[in-house]
Amino acid sequence: MRLQNFWISTVGLALAVSMVACGGSKETSSTSATPESPAGTAAGQKVDAATAGNVTGTVTVDGAVPKNEAIKMNADPACMKANKDPQFQETYMVGSDGKSLGNVFVYVKDGLGNYVFDAPTETAKIDQQNCRYHPHVFGMRVGQKLEIVNSDPTMHNIHAMPKTNSEFNTAEPMPMKTEHVFNTKEVMVPFKCDVHGWMNAYVGVMDNPYYAVTDKDGKFELKSLPPGTYTIEAWHEKLGVTSQSVTIGAKETKDVTFTFKPAGASATN
Amino acid sequence: MLHRFATFVAGCTILLVLAGSLVTSTASGLSVPDWPTTYGWNMFTFPPQHWVGGILYEHSHRLIASTVGFLTIILAAWLWRADPRRWMKWLGVAALGAVVAQGVLGGITVLFFLPAAISTAHAGLAEIFFCITVAIALFTSPGWIRGDSAVKVDDRVLRNVATATTILIFAQILIGATMRHTGAGLAIPDFPLMFGHLMPTHWDPKIAIHFAHRVGALVVTLAAIATSAHVFYHHRVRRELTRPAALILGLVGLQVTLGALTVLSRRDVSINSAHVVVGALVLATSLVIMLRSWHARFPQGVGSLLQNLPAKGQILQKAPDPT
Repeated sequence: MRLQNFWISTVGLALAVSMVACGGSKETSSTSATPESPAGTAAGQKVDAATAGNVTGTVTVDGAVPKNEAIKMNADPACMKANKDPQFQETYMVGSDGKSLGNVFVYVKDGLGNYVFDAPTETAKIDQQNCRYHPHVFGMRVGQKLEIVNSDPTMHNIHAMPKTNSEFNTAEPMPMKTEHVFNTKEVMVPFKCDVHGWMNAYVGVMDNPYYAVTDKDGKFELKSLPPGTYTIEAWHEKLGVTSQSVTIGAKETKDVTFTFKPAGASATN
Repeated sequence: MLHRFATFVAGCTILLVLAGSLVTSTASGLSVPDWPTTYGWNMFTFPPQHWVGGILYEHSHRLIASTVGFLTIILAAWLWRADPRRWMKWLGVAALGAVVAQGVLGGITVLFFLPAAISTAHAGLAEIFFCITVAIALFTSPGWIRGDSAVKVDDRVLRNVATATTILIFAQILIGATMRHTGAGLAIPDFPLMFGHLMPTHWDPKIAIHFAHRVGALVVTLAAIATSAHVFYHHRVRRELTRPAALILGLVGLQVTLGALTVLSRRDVSINSAHVVVGALVLATSLVIMLRSWHARFPQGVGSLLQNLPAKGQILQKAPDPT
């Protein structure tokens, strides 16, 4: 047993030393990814803007949702200073009407066939500000650069916990920014800060540009969809997912509603 | 002096176990993403004003671990130079090897995002290292050294039951560590019932691990009672056995209570961490009973150590035994 421990220790030490020596740091992990760009695929077809339509809609919740959990930030004086009022999680962003639901990720899950899309040129961004992630829910494209900013006068770590992409945990001493690229489509990738346990965020990594996050009124819009029949899904961090099939014709705009039912009831649309 | 230092190292190690349990109880294990550095700093120069949130727990754990590692180097060197028993010299080396391996495991589990297998191994090796330090403290104690020339307990039944109890406690701790590092601590959310019944109404791997830990608690409790009962029935005049036998009963009772409260409090940080520490103390107490039951079978050769001790009569004159 001791011999086995010795070998485990030796292999472990070698691994650790090689990782340190090779600089397994945030910069390396953030820049080594190869962006996946479907734009150059020969077989695909481009969307014709002249015939494209839109899907607009609202996400609502049917029933009472739990109150957002209170947050104690007293573990970090910088967070306390930035947030003098009582703080709560952002789990349920319900509108003033008591029904509309914000922070829901809505996206085209299926139906795009062999369409191809230009690679995104702009950089997605998540900011650690006032000991919160901004935005709390967002979308980005496969191969798109994600800029991770720490605007706080305190330490953060950003820890992504994907299931299909590579997990990463990057130190973010203040002030600084790093970059990361996701290589595979994944809905959703959770982020957390292990320094400040209340900080969490979610990103939908998409291989098409048809995604949106509902605003505080539960509204969303998917623009420039080619005519066709699509499966559109709405995702919420606690209430789960609900989807529906939507058919749009040339230059048509269709309005849809997704409704979540809390407390275990199945979602409807 | 060596015994006092060894006891000090064992005390620091239980403090280290507490620091480690706080890291997991507060889910701070990845709050310092790099290792062996801390946010790029040398860990010993990391500014205290940045010890906030989860960093406080993780960084403190690393510093206490480094201190224990340093103390273990001194202990191993001291044993090598001063203890005439060859096996004790190597026990010091084993302690040093264990603490180095433990540090590497701790680093690897951070760099690989806390895989359950490595984190559980880290927890298991922590208990082994703690047991080694406790054993060294015991083997260097005046009572143990003096016992080499006195009439010793040689009870096969006690040896068997105490050894079995110690192994069962260690196995139970490993199940607990697995439960802790797979997020199964509340897989069965109620206590003493399980989903409102005597047995779980449904199963998945986490529920199975949690259930095994509850069954393990029952088995360990019975084993501790069996050991203590044997000691009190057959060796009631041997205080070196009756004292740890009484202690283990109290600790097991406390440990079961803390386990129940961990579930009922939804894993309150203080209760959850205390549960880990008391678990280690139960193991150490059982280990002491076990080692004392095996004392007669240990190699002789305390020689110079015995000559340096005051005669037992002199000690008795200073502190008369009430019995």
